[in-house]
Amino acid sequence: MADSRDSNAPVPPVSRRGFLLTAGVALSTVAAALFAVPVVGFLLSPVRRLAAQAWVPLGSLAEFPEGQTRLATYRNPFVQPWDGETANVPCWVRRISAAKFQVFAINCAHLGCPVRWFPESGLFMCPCHGGVYYADGSRASGPPPRGLFEYEHKVEQGQLWVRGGELPTLSEPV
Amino acid sequence: MSAPTRAEGAALRALRAVGAWLEERTGLGAQIGEVAGHTVPRDTASWWYVFGSASLTAFAMQVVTGICLATVYTPSANDAWTSLVQLDQGVPLGWFLRALHGWGSNFMVALVLVHMVQVFLFGAFKYPRELTWVLGVFLLLMTLGMAFTGQVLRFDQDAYWGLGIGAAIAGRVPFLGPQVVHLLLGGPIIAGATLSRFFALHVFVIPGLLIAFVGLHLLLVLKLGINEWPMPGRLVDRDTYRREYQARVRADGVRFFPDAAKRDLVFAGIVILALVACAALFGPIGPGGQPDPTIIDTVPAPDFFFLWIYSLFALLPPGIETPLILIGPVLGIAFLLALPFLSGTGEKSWRRRPFAVIAVLLLALTVGTLTYLGTFAPWSPVMEAWSALPTPTAYLKGRSPLEIQGALIVQSKQCRNCHALGGEGGLRGPALDGVATRLTRDQLIRQVLQGGGNMPAYGKNLSPAEVTALVAFLETLHPAGQQPARDASAAGAGQ
Repeated sequence: MADSRDSNAPVPPVSRRGFLLTAGVALSTVAAALFAVPVVGFLLSPVRRLAAQAWVPLGSLAEFPEGQTRLATYRNPFVQPWDGETANVPCWVRRISAAKFQVFAINCAHLGCPVRWFPESGLFMCPCHGGVYYADGSRASGPPPRGLFEYEHKVEQGQLWVRGGELPTLSEPV
Repeated sequence: MSAPTRAEGAALRALRAVGAWLEERTGLGAQIGEVAGHTVPRDTASWWYVFGSASLTAFAMQVVTGICLATVYTPSANDAWTSLVQLDQGVPLGWFLRALHGWGSNFMVALVLVHMVQVFLFGAFKYPRELTWVLGVFLLLMTLGMAFTGQVLRFDQDAYWGLGIGAAIAGRVPFLGPQVVHLLLGGPIIAGATLSRFFALHVFVIPGLLIAFVGLHLLLVLKLGINEWPMPGRLVDRDTYRREYQARVRADGVRFFPDAAKRDLVFAGIVILALVACAALFGPIGPGGQPDPTIIDTVPAPDFFFLWIYSLFALLPPGIETPLILIGPVLGIAFLLALPFLSGTGEKSWRRRPFAVIAVLLLALTVGTLTYLGTFAPWSPVMEAWSALPTPTAYLKGRSPLEIQGALIVQSKQCRNCHALGGEGGLRGPALDGVATRLTRDQLIRQVLQGGGNMPAYGKNLSPAEVTALVAFLETLHPAGQQPARDASAAGAGQ
């Protein structure tokens, strides 16, 4: 192969122009990859905050009479000043007896719409696609694949606390 | 026209001089002239070919009104709703710009859909215009993406709970559910970060892509020539199509401008006038109630073009819902993208493509029916029916105290949220008028206590006395000339 070249004008193994092009492509590729790392990392950063739950107070026990189900609100524990009203999260508190509670997420297990409690018929009804639940949160009828999501809760210092801060979904039910 | 005066002549000369100066340096005039004056098949100078340019007109108006709104709108969860109210009430013509942008969105989605149906029926996706179609599919998706993200920026109760529905769907993704939810919301919960990222999508990401894709789409239309009017029996053959097309344009072509474009100009004018009229007549869309999740007395519903999906969510059988929601869109989009490669040659005319016509009709019928159902959502309980609707007096006249007590229970136990009476109430369950002709006394008691057939059981929430009264009332609900249902076996045994 080398014999076929013009022997009078020996070609340098790598021309200056060729080297610069190769170096330019290589350098730009590496630089672009380095640049992309923080960009992609930034965009994916919300994914890593998985364990985003903390204990928050719902109110004193006196606010939840025995045998009743009442709407309660907690403030998102990971609130930013610009979150405004969206940081107020509602939930349903059912006080079965003096020490026994159930705290249901407001979100329908079907597609997350806010369920409403009807004490007269003892049912939770969802306004979006017709999901209905019994007083204990179990599914009564409609499209929900399960009962209402239930918060982990505890009684401390005369207050009812829940572990909140996460939107409940089928894959992460609180 | 009178002869130009000396001053007019001077002004004209100066204008020409400026034009010549610019042309010498940019050459833009010649290029624009060449593009505008290129020849197109004579049969494409038709009213059927105006929807693409009309979609572009709608998009251009959205850009203008969108930029105007962005000068006031505040993409912060704390302030967005207030800034919308300020636009409507405090900023001169703010309400009108919001109306133009909101209705413009509906116009753009509608025009893009009509354009797509037209090019599909005219076989425009076939060789050599496969990529023009593929770009068009992406343009449709981006248009719908703009409509959805725009609905989120109208940060009201519908937007908040719409995001909740989005998160609930994302939460059904197997294995990666929580991660996808966090990526969608910008965190573990709907908050300020959620609105900010939808703002970035609606204002930077999708419009940027839209402009780039529209440019490519138009470039291909110019390079490949506009699709000719399809003639039945004139088949597309990869070896001969381009030659035949060029010969046809040479033999019987007209200039795009003005011969074909005059119709585009007329229709664009109509679209602009119709939008202005719509905005002036109907005003801005929303915002609804404040995006406060603790206000739970709300009935969230999506905008018009997503109503059919809302209906689908309510009507899909629960067992196949998750796979259909997650896989259905992927398959649908994949099919649209693959279409020109599955059927890239052959017959173009809709007259010889019965399945194409049937597919469009079936799809339109399905989506139309679902949209219609979405406007009144018969699957949803009517949340205020029990306390707001009167019991028809005809059902109360001449009734015993026990039966009237039963009528009261129908109201107070929220039965009417799902069951209509006298044409008013929920449509989730069957209307109760005439229920006595369908169910015997025993069947009524069983149905009330145990539920079933999508009805909750009321056994725990009704005392025996209440059940007796309720069933006594239900037994009176039959037309005057029609006997109530009776147990055939019991009647036989009694004789």
